[in-house]
Order: sequence, then structure tokens, then C-alpha cells
Amino acid sequence: MTAARGKWLQLAVLAIVIAALPLIFPSGYYYRVGALIFVNALSVVGLVILIGLAGQISLGHAGFAGIGAYACALAPAHLGLHPGLALVLGAVVSGLLALLIGRPILRLKGYYLAVATLGFGILVSMVLTNERALTGGPDGMAVEDIGLRPLLRDLGWRISGGEFWYGISGIALLIGAWMALNLLDSPTGRAMRALHGSEVAASTVGIDVARQKLRAFVISAVYASVAGSLLALQNGFVTPDIAGFMHSIEMVTMAVLGGVGSVIGAVLGAAILTLLPQVLTVFAEYEQLVLGAVMIIVMIFMPQGLLPSIMRRIRGRGE
Amino acid sequence: MDALLQFIFSGMTVGAVYALVALGFTIIYNASDVVNFAQGEFVMLGGMITVFAHQAGMPLPLAAAMAVVAAAGGGVALNRLAIEPARSAPVVSLIIITIGASILIRGAARLIFDKQLHRLPSFSGDTPIRIMGATILPQSLWVMGGAVAVFIGLWLFFSRTLTGKAVLATANNRIAAQLVGINTRWIMTLSFGLSAAIGALAGVLVTPITLVSYDVGVALALKGFAAAMLGGMGNPRGALLGGILLGLLESMTAGYLSSQYKDAVAFIVILAVLFVMPQGIFGKKPVERV
Repeated sequence: MTAARGKWLQLAVLAIVIAALPLIFPSGYYYRVGALIFVNALSVVGLVILIGLAGQISLGHAGFAGIGAYACALAPAHLGLHPGLALVLGAVVSGLLALLIGRPILRLKGYYLAVATLGFGILVSMVLTNERALTGGPDGMAVEDIGLRPLLRDLGWRISGGEFWYGISGIALLIGAWMALNLLDSPTGRAMRALHGSEVAASTVGIDVARQKLRAFVISAVYASVAGSLLALQNGFVTPDIAGFMHSIEMVTMAVLGGVGSVIGAVLGAAILTLLPQVLTVFAEYEQLVLGAVMIIVMIFMPQGLLPSIMRRIRGRGE
Repeated sequence: MDALLQFIFSGMTVGAVYALVALGFTIIYNASDVVNFAQGEFVMLGGMITVFAHQAGMPLPLAAAMAVVAAAGGGVALNRLAIEPARSAPVVSLIIITIGASILIRGAARLIFDKQLHRLPSFSGDTPIRIMGATILPQSLWVMGGAVAVFIGLWLFFSRTLTGKAVLATANNRIAAQLVGINTRWIMTLSFGLSAAIGALAGVLVTPITLVSYDVGVALALKGFAAAMLGGMGNPRGALLGGILLGLLESMTAGYLSSQYKDAVAFIVILAVLFVMPQGIFGKKPVERV
């Protein structure tokens, strides 16, 4: 299978799943869960570029999600900006911030990089928690409606909030996945993959290692920011938890769980980790126990993640 | 001046706890190249088990000893069940495994114990000691003394005993250590047990001051990790210094700048140090082999 055909196949599968899932939804609640999965998947696709492609780790990407989310909460309230434009503003701010801190941070390797990104994420969540006058502190703040649904209603198209955000998030995920797949298959993507293998080898064939790392960092920051914005807009509410350490961990776990090298794996990982707590609400007491056990077991038996392990098994049987 | 001394005392107390957690990180990192994010949970276990054993009528020293042994058992189990089977996994996977273990231990503690805050009686009373206008709790001296004792004990262990030297040899080069007949698998087990025991000891010592609940581990793990990185990963002296430095920074910031941002300044300093010295203060410069 050629790479190009693989790309369109993956996108087609994704589009069909997104379009067909509502046919089996028993109630409106599932639209909300679906939208949540797509938004999480979008930020995880960004991490696939950073972790899977360029081989850099980040334990602080929730910081960028927080910036995106609070941009949508603050800009309409204080600058009078339309929430849709606030999403763009958040993405620009996240991208610029990533550009600024990326260069010194990405000189670090392994666990040192982990602690530096972790520090960044914690700083963002701390500012969001402590600046009560601006952000409402730990209680969070309301987010203005994006105002598209009344517009659709005027055009004679009546859909519920759940359906609307399911559609928007699904489309955003498709666009994000399409761009990521394009990147994977471009000279930039190949350069990133090369430095993942060996930085020394990559630099001897003329790849500007620092520049490519920075690029992956900025791109993944923008993905996280847009996902954070979409989450804030569809919830109509935002709290500093979105920038918290546990959210960063959740994002990395989703990426690695599904298989950190692939876009479809990212969606799979996001789906599993988003659904797990929904399923486990019945056993709320055991939620943490099961989540921890799942993380450990998958990583021990499928260190490459679910999707690559399953694919290998299928191929292995075919031979 | 009195205020400064007071901030130094409280900073040293918190710093001693961070140093103990950072020492735990260092021991495991040296033996296995794994950063164990579940390290904070051992501190929690130390505090919680002691509290519940003491409530059940066990004398405090016995309860504390039991907690340390139980936590060490937990550390050994973590190594055998989760780390050893994933030896060849990439760094990201190992990070997720130990974070998964930390979530699992926290969940189990919530089920087995409860969600309340608990405290222990101080070991030698609650009468503050006055030193040059500032006061210090006797329990703080226990915490600092504990950190110093553990550090000296570790130093003696690594420099004077054959087993300790075997651990250092394993840290230096696993394959070479195996070639001279060192059982590196047993060294790993030992390291996890030792580091969990040190964490639990920190929990026992600090619970009379800071109280304990099932979820105190995360923050401690992050601070201990940061302290270990600040000093330079894998260096026990760096861990001790990094921990105390971090504790002092926090209490100075809380005292003179803003108590809300005390955690922030710690991370800002860590970022600044890493920008200038990417391997921490005492870290060695790594060489990439082609």
C-alpha cells in the first residue's frame, strides 16, 4: 500500500465512523461523549507529531489547552472578540509561546525535557488558578456561546447543542488528521522522523535538528490550544483543571495507549480513555484503580500501543 | 531577621522531605534508568499505614516500622509486576507505567483507608523550641535529622558495603556488572525496596506536621522529581541539596513574595537552571553514541 493511498484510506475510515456513529446512538447524551472524544483526539494528534514523529516528550501540553480554553472565555468578555476569533487568538498565542520557550526547552533531553515541560504546564495552571480577578480562580468562568446555532436555526436547520458540537468537533478532527497525515508524508515529516532516530545522524545529512524540533513543538501546541478552545466552547464553562498536570498526563497516555506513531491510533487512544471513566461511573470507587491498571497492563504487553500491536497480530496471522 | 530565620527553619523542614523523596528517585534511577513517578505514593503509604495501625492500638514506633516494611514490599512488588516486565519499553512507556502505578496505589488507598485527612501525634511533644527569636517544632528536627541520617546511611552503604558497591556498578554499566557476577535483577529489587522504604520514612516523619490523606503523593512526587533534576539526576548529593534548595526557595517566596505563587517560583528556578545547566547542578554531561 502506498503512503498516499494509506492517507486517504485512513481519512475515509475516520469520516465514515464519525458520520455513521450517530445511527447507533440511543440518546442525545452520546453526542456529547462523541464530541469529547473528537476534541481529545485532536489534541492527541498534535502529540503524535511531537512524541511519535519527532521523538520529544511533553508533560505540559495541557498548558496550551488551558491557553486555548481561556482565550475563548476571556477574549469575548474583555476584548469583545467573537468566540470563534478568540479560538484563533488562543492558537496564535499558544504558537508564539511555544516558539518562545521551545528553543531553550528542546535543548534538554529525556527526563530533563519532561521536567521542564511539566514546569511550564504547572506555571500556566497556577496563573489560571491564582489570578481570581481575571479568571475566576479555581471555580472557573463561563464561556460565551459561539452563536452559530441560532444562525443555523434561521436557515431552517434545527439541531441540538449536542449534535451541533458533535459535527463541529468531528470536522475539526478530520481537518486536523488530514493536516497531520500530510505532514507525516512531507519532507518536514521525514526530517522529524530522522531526528527521532538519531539526532547526530540527522544533523550529518543536513537537517537543522533544533529547528525541526521547534516546529513539531509549535504545531502540537497549536493543536492542543484549538482542542482546548473547542472544549471550552462546547462546555460553555472552563476551569483551571484543563491546564492541570493530570490533563497533560491524560493526553500523553491517550497518545501512547493507541500507538504513538499513528493518527488513527491517537483517535483510538482518545476514545478508550474518554469512554473508560464514562463506563466506570457505575463503579466510581474503583475508577482510579482500573485506570491505573489499564495504563500499566497496556504498556507492559503492548509497549508500542494498541493499534501497532493489533496490526502486527493481524499481519502475523496473514502470513 | 527573626522572620528570615523562621522562613529558613520552615524551608529546611519542607526541603528535608523533598530531599528524601528525591533520594528515592535517585536510587531507582541509578539502578534502572527509570524515573519512578509513584515515589510520592510511598510517602503517602508511610503516613497512612502508620496512622491506621496506630489507631488500631499499635504503639507508634511499631506502627511506623510496619509502614516502612509494608511500603518496601510495595516497592518490590511494583518492580516485579510492572517495571521488570517492561524493561525494554521506551521512556514514554515507562513514565506512563509509573504514573499508572501511582494512580493505582492512590485508588487502592482511597478504597482501603478513606478520603479524610489524618494526623499523628508528634514524636516529642508540640512545645516549640525558641532559637534566636524564631521557633522550630521538635518534629521539624525529627524530619531534618531523618534526612541527614538517611543520607549518611546511604553514603556508608554505597561506599563501605559490597552490596552498595554492586548497586553503583550496576548503575555504571549493567552488562559489565553482570559479567563480574553481580545479580543485577536482585539489585533492582533492592533499589525499589530501599527507595520505597525511604519514601515511607519521610511520610511517617512529616505526618505530624503536614497531615496525610490518600492524595498527598502527586504533589510530593512532582516536587521530589524537580528537586532531583535541580541537583542533577542520579546524584545523591544533588538530590539532598536540590531538595533543601527547593524547600528554602518555597518558604522564602511564600514569606516575602506571595504564598499563592510559592510553587511557581520553584518551577521557574528549575527552568532557569536547566536553561543554563541542562544537566542540573551536579549532573554529568551525557555523550551521544553514534
